[in-house]
Amino acid sequence: MDEILEVLEKDARRCPEDIARLTKRSTDSVKKAIKKFEKDGVILGYKTIINKDALDKDDKEKEVLALIEVNIMPQKDLGFDHVAERIYSFSEVKSCYLISGTYDLLVIVQGKDLHTVAKFVAEKLSPLEHVRGTATHFLLKKYKEDDIILKHKGENKRIAISY
Amino acid sequence: MKNIISKKVLDMQPSGIRVFFDLVLGMKDVISLGVGEPDFATPWNIREAGIFSLEKGFTTYTSNKGLMKLRLIIRNHVKKISGVEYCPEDEILVTVGVSEGFDLLLRTIISKGDEVLIPHPSFVSYAPLTELCGGKPVLIGLSQENKFKLLPWMIDENCTKNTKAIILNYPCNPTGASYTRQELLELKKIIVKHNLLVISDEIYGDLTYDFEHTPFVSLGGVKERTVYLNGFSKGYAMTGWRIGYACGPKEIISAMTKIHQYSIMCVATTSQWAACEALSYGERSVLEMKKEYAKRRNFVVERLNSMGLDCIMPEGAFYAFPSIKKISNNSLEFSSQLLKKKKVAVVPGGAFGTNSHIRISYASKLEVLKEALTRIEDFLNSNERY
Repeated sequence: MDEILEVLEKDARRCPEDIARLTKRSTDSVKKAIKKFEKDGVILGYKTIINKDALDKDDKEKEVLALIEVNIMPQKDLGFDHVAERIYSFSEVKSCYLISGTYDLLVIVQGKDLHTVAKFVAEKLSPLEHVRGTATHFLLKKYKEDDIILKHKGENKRIAISY
Repeated sequence: MKNIISKKVLDMQPSGIRVFFDLVLGMKDVISLGVGEPDFATPWNIREAGIFSLEKGFTTYTSNKGLMKLRLIIRNHVKKISGVEYCPEDEILVTVGVSEGFDLLLRTIISKGDEVLIPHPSFVSYAPLTELCGGKPVLIGLSQENKFKLLPWMIDENCTKNTKAIILNYPCNPTGASYTRQELLELKKIIVKHNLLVISDEIYGDLTYDFEHTPFVSLGGVKERTVYLNGFSKGYAMTGWRIGYACGPKEIISAMTKIHQYSIMCVATTSQWAACEALSYGERSVLEMKKEYAKRRNFVVERLNSMGLDCIMPEGAFYAFPSIKKISNNSLEFSSQLLKKKKVAVVPGGAFGTNSHIRISYASKLEVLKEALTRIEDFLNSNERY
């Protein structure tokens, strides 16, 4: 992977000047490269990872996440892609993956409460043509997300001077 | 009681920068670029292997030479990177870091009056430990103009009939200089010509950025005159585990083991189990850390040069070694003022034998490096430096 992407993947807020120094390029060439990555759809967006558990109680936006295993009947000539598209197009669906194993799609759904998610599964997802069955797992606690451990860790204390 | 301390130890040069260290350690909110160890914690799989060994109750001594399992893994690893095979029975010794391996080796080979060539600036322990063994350190001054590299003629010029060994340390702490295979082959010719023993401290070998690290012993025909010292501290971020190893000719390793069995017995068993995991499954973590260091290196060196501190691009390790010559020829004074005025700690070059440089470690998070470099720049631009 391009070094610029390596840097941005770890920290999307790194400025072009810093990236230039880190990768031994000029600031201009970094800016151009980023523009091109954005244009080519290599960079799709920049977002912030928020640990919602750490928010103040009143500030907490209520939300429920569910991991749903979906069994589908592949269609002739279309495979899984067509059904997958019909599923991931729902705004409730945060992520959707085709996977190997006992079921076909892993769908991550977000809703404001348990009831909303259950309703989505019962009324939208399950009745879809070619969907043979679903199993819903509600997410109880997040420990690690996108390489980031959500529990605040203590700093590794090193002695200030050593050889 | 009189004369409690032995003459040998009394004669050892006290570290001139001890006072400076105490100053740093006593001050609060200092950003330290003086740290000689990775900022990463040991990769989890390695820590986990250590914990697991404790759970299983592996808490007894091991063989003096180290766990056979570990020596076998070391044999395979060294063979992979150098093409040279060492016998785990009597050519490999597991040591308490390279530090112990180095100390043992000097005590094993030095007799009174033997001369040891030490390219300089060099790691702090080389000269004092040589003297402690009754040897004579012969410092070969390296210059920034030569990118702090040792050149064959320098060996030629410094050899006498008493020269017994040469210490190579690459990538080098403090300069970051290293050698390509071709450069090492040139050095090898002269080393063989003078029939020198090579003490090859390659603890930073895993952290070589611009070309592949070449172990000295891999050059061919030098196994009998080389002791290869390496360890886990830097590459695997395992400084606190205190574990390394020495590979060399049977005669030397057996003699080193003789001292080791009396003074150390064996390396901490937990560390040995963790080291097994490190060499077996740690490569990916090392490469990831190396990538990160390489980027920080580019960043730091560019910033230093742009603020007027001439700095060569280090080829390995995690230190930048800029010259402060334009400003001061007193690295201790420079570092003390920087500490007092801007609360940034660096290691004065004086610790390594050159007063016109400072050592800056880039084994810290980029944010920390950025802030520290901004402060250094402010310091340089301020009129009231002293």
